[in-house]
Amino acid sequence: MIEINKELFTHMGINEEYSETINRPSMTYWQDAWRRLKKNKIAMAGIVILTVFTLMAVIGPYMVKFTYNSTNLELLNQSPDKVHWFGTDSLGRDLWARVWMGARVSLFIGLAAAGIESLVGIIVGGVSGYLGGKADMIIMRFVDIMISIPELIFIILIMVVVGSGIMPIIIAFAITGWLRMARLVRGQVLQLKEQEFVLAAKTLGASSKRLVFRHLIPNTLGVIIVTLTMAVPNAIFYEAFLSFIGIGVRPPLASWGQLANTGAQVFEIYPFELFIPAVFISLTMLSLNLLGDGLRDALDPRLRK
Amino acid sequence: MLRYILKRFIISLITIWVLTTIVFFLIRVLPGDPFTSEKTTPQIKESMMKYYGLDKPIYVQYAKYIKNLLQGDMGYSLKFKNRTVNQVIINAFPNSAELGIRALMIAIPIGILLGIISALNHNKAWDYGSMIVAVIGVSVPSFIIGGLLQYVFAIKLNWLPVAQWKGFEYTILPSFALALSTLALIARLMRASMLEVTGQDYILTAEAKGLPVYKIVWKHQIRNAILPVITVLGPIAAALITGTFVIEQIFAIPGLGKHYVNGIQSLDYTLVLGLTIFYGAFVIILNFIVDIIYGFVDPRIRATR
Repeated sequence: MIEINKELFTHMGINEEYSETINRPSMTYWQDAWRRLKKNKIAMAGIVILTVFTLMAVIGPYMVKFTYNSTNLELLNQSPDKVHWFGTDSLGRDLWARVWMGARVSLFIGLAAAGIESLVGIIVGGVSGYLGGKADMIIMRFVDIMISIPELIFIILIMVVVGSGIMPIIIAFAITGWLRMARLVRGQVLQLKEQEFVLAAKTLGASSKRLVFRHLIPNTLGVIIVTLTMAVPNAIFYEAFLSFIGIGVRPPLASWGQLANTGAQVFEIYPFELFIPAVFISLTMLSLNLLGDGLRDALDPRLRK
Repeated sequence: MLRYILKRFIISLITIWVLTTIVFFLIRVLPGDPFTSEKTTPQIKESMMKYYGLDKPIYVQYAKYIKNLLQGDMGYSLKFKNRTVNQVIINAFPNSAELGIRALMIAIPIGILLGIISALNHNKAWDYGSMIVAVIGVSVPSFIIGGLLQYVFAIKLNWLPVAQWKGFEYTILPSFALALSTLALIARLMRASMLEVTGQDYILTAEAKGLPVYKIVWKHQIRNAILPVITVLGPIAAALITGTFVIEQIFAIPGLGKHYVNGIQSLDYTLVLGLTIFYGAFVIILNFIVDIIYGFVDPRIRATR
């Protein structure tokens, strides 16, 4: 039996040299998120694909000597070859030029719609959550009711009334899309406004505007960014859907959904005309979804290692 | 619990009324009248306007429409002569419902199973495999899946019919095309929810008690993890309905979605109006039912409200 006594232990003391060393470099929330995002290979692949597509949307149409709307009635439904890299459609238009013009339209609609609806949602949700009480109740009942109406049916209806084209699509998305963001931001703000740093700011005499825009919204930014990233593929999908059923972007203007629509009419004989735009729509949606997943993990402080 | 049901019921009713009102006035805002395109004499046009009640002030029209709607009468289609919107719905809805139910019967069990398998094999090959399927399912729009399935199984392999709706073998491809995105959504949700449950204390307790794995999984994990999946059934139904718009178009199925899209393209306003209200009410009622089921299934909601 070993007897445990004081002699068995030695006093370590405090080593003054090490007590002040910093084990890990100090970095802000955003630096840390970016560092973690960079480690996520799948999300980075998404970023690379999206960058390439955006770049090609800018320069792609100029790489061939055909414009997106010039027809050539002697070369209808040509399979991809050296002259027409993606072939031609049923009016002899060069598909390479059309696909990248379509990329401009689709990506623009995706970004613009997601941006506008998020902005509206953040403002409404932020104000509603901050004010609380009656105003909050009225706004949220309104959101509850509007959100129960199936989104796409509402969009289709607005499109029928406003007409087709790029701007009507963005307007229709903005009218229907802000609801979810408003709900999300409101929930976050309600949680945050009870926290001590808000009380501290209030005590120091910060105005309501400053509280909402400098303290509450920046703290919900992580969640907002993830939702925004997920709203872009949603908008691109809806645009493709609307154009596919024939009320979105009208020819000769091209969008990916519109190209898929024209391709679908002849796809039993010329499948490439459907599959080429299909691949681009799918890859873009895939990349945005993967990037969104990656951002969600990167921006979640609980997952910090 | 009764108060909770009543509250949900009143919100649902208000939502249907708001939807009807918005749709009614949106349609009336449109320039021109439904008969502008037809070659008719002013007298005939006048009598048609009178017949449809379009010569009266708008609030009278609105009151009449609501009155008729409460009696279940949605008026006549403008393009299908002598057919009421009700008849169109009665003829076409069973086909759409069959398609939707078949898709659900594929999506729900397989989705839940995939989610469970990936969660139980977290970060192993099975997990990655199922999640690749899920991400692709979420990213690739249903009209592309539909086209792809048609091309591979009907045109190239000649196993199944390309289109139409005449018997069981005709339903296989469209049902799968419609089901895939829902399946993916459910699988992702089920996986996330299973993983969250795995970390809970009661699982640890169950393990500590020495329960066999299958009992822990079946009695504790799945039972608790399946709750969030129930909540998305409402939105899923909405997504399936919009999915039928394109799937019915691609596979030439005489369903409601096809009528809806054709109605939009031919500007058949009463048909679009009636179908929008029908779809909207359908989804809203479904959401109401899901809310109630959720209330019954989750004791926490029963207790708090």
